[in-house]
Amino acid sequence: MPKVSALDMPDVPMGQLPEHLQLQRSRVVCKADAPIHLESFCKNFKLEVIRLTEDEIEFDMIGIDASLANAFRRILIAEVPMMAIEKVLMVNNTSVIADEVLAHRLGLIPLNADPRLFEYLSENDSPNERNTIVYKLDVSCRKGGPRMTVKSDQLKWLPNGSELEMTPPNQSAKPKSYTSFSCSQDSMPEFSKKPLGVKHEDIIIAKLGPGQAIELEAHAVKGIGKVHAKWSPVSTAWYRMLPEVVLLKDIKGDDAEKLVKKCPVNVFDIEDLGNGKKKAVVSKPRACTLCRECIRGVNEELVELRRVKDHFIFTIESAGALPPEVLFTEAVKILEDKCDRVISDLS
Amino acid sequence: MEHGSLTDLTASTFSLMDEDHTLANSVRFTLNQDPRVAFCGYSIPHPSDNKVNIRIQTTGDTAKDVLKDGFQNLMIMCQHVRTTFDKAVADYETNRPSKHMNIDTP
Repeated sequence: MPKVSALDMPDVPMGQLPEHLQLQRSRVVCKADAPIHLESFCKNFKLEVIRLTEDEIEFDMIGIDASLANAFRRILIAEVPMMAIEKVLMVNNTSVIADEVLAHRLGLIPLNADPRLFEYLSENDSPNERNTIVYKLDVSCRKGGPRMTVKSDQLKWLPNGSELEMTPPNQSAKPKSYTSFSCSQDSMPEFSKKPLGVKHEDIIIAKLGPGQAIELEAHAVKGIGKVHAKWSPVSTAWYRMLPEVVLLKDIKGDDAEKLVKKCPVNVFDIEDLGNGKKKAVVSKPRACTLCRECIRGVNEELVELRRVKDHFIFTIESAGALPPEVLFTEAVKILEDKCDRVISDLS
Repeated sequence: MEHGSLTDLTASTFSLMDEDHTLANSVRFTLNQDPRVAFCGYSIPHPSDNKVNIRIQTTGDTAKDVLKDGFQNLMIMCQHVRTTFDKAVADYETNRPSKHMNIDTP
């Protein structure tokens, strides 16, 4: 092949951009006050709830870009605040499970406390009734008795704050507890109806042999999943694009039967055309997991698997503290707050 | 924080502290919808710094104003998503068969 300079090739644009880009480079398009894309977004955006239970929601978000859907997902996992046990004051632990492992297990227990009612405990703050929840665990296994299992329902909420006293700096000083609550939490209207317990009462914390005991106090504070996964308010939050299964050619007779059998999630169905003729149809494209089983081998030219780019099937599994629909609105609010903060920083 | 030249206000790089892909990618999307933007992109210079750089080049407007509008648009979109979501949930709640209406169970 003769050597040709890349610049002399016939399809080189020679300094010219494609027409639409050239227009964008050289002209400012003046439109009505509100940007056009916002209007069309508001017009085309649709949202439909498919399933909503106590701790799970599935909904379809249509007409939104992946960057926004992903922002919501990321915020749900890492930036929506939660309450979780952060400090454990170990008084006695003669069980086989080490202090730090026990403390870590306690941290992961989901608490039934609405984080919106609490404030963050910052470094200079003293723990008070607005930013800390205190739990006590005091269990022992009787000598000569059978082994026992310590479950999360044995964590007792202390609405009056810590019952442990710090060692005073000198003899005359009044002993202080580890928290400084100004009033009891169960006298506060938001907590009096709903005690701040654990979400699940059957989580195994430890097992005790005869004569072993655990006595501790656990302090829960507000935090976000970015810092530690125990503060993540969701078990998971994920989305997938809506699958679209297209039959490029008619699939009839035995081939149709074969195709229906191939799919593990029954995306296809048989349509009776009368007088014994059968045709394959796509009946449940939504169930498709894109396993590609149906296009393996012979069917590659017959079936095409696609995804709809702006249709997201969003699922949120709440860890329990807040219902899933509240979590999503909180996540969107957090993104709004971020924008607001940057705008005020810029001006 | 803004890095740009004093003479040419149409191109700037903005550094946002304590932000990540969540905000930067969303605002990149809204900015790329804006007809005044000639180029927009973002980068995270180092994964262990909590910082993103957003680069904007416009066709004539001040980059700062365009960025501000980008955030404003993102906020409006979020508000729209939130109201639509609340409405969808309320619709679902009203249409869902009541839990207490289990007539079939003996």
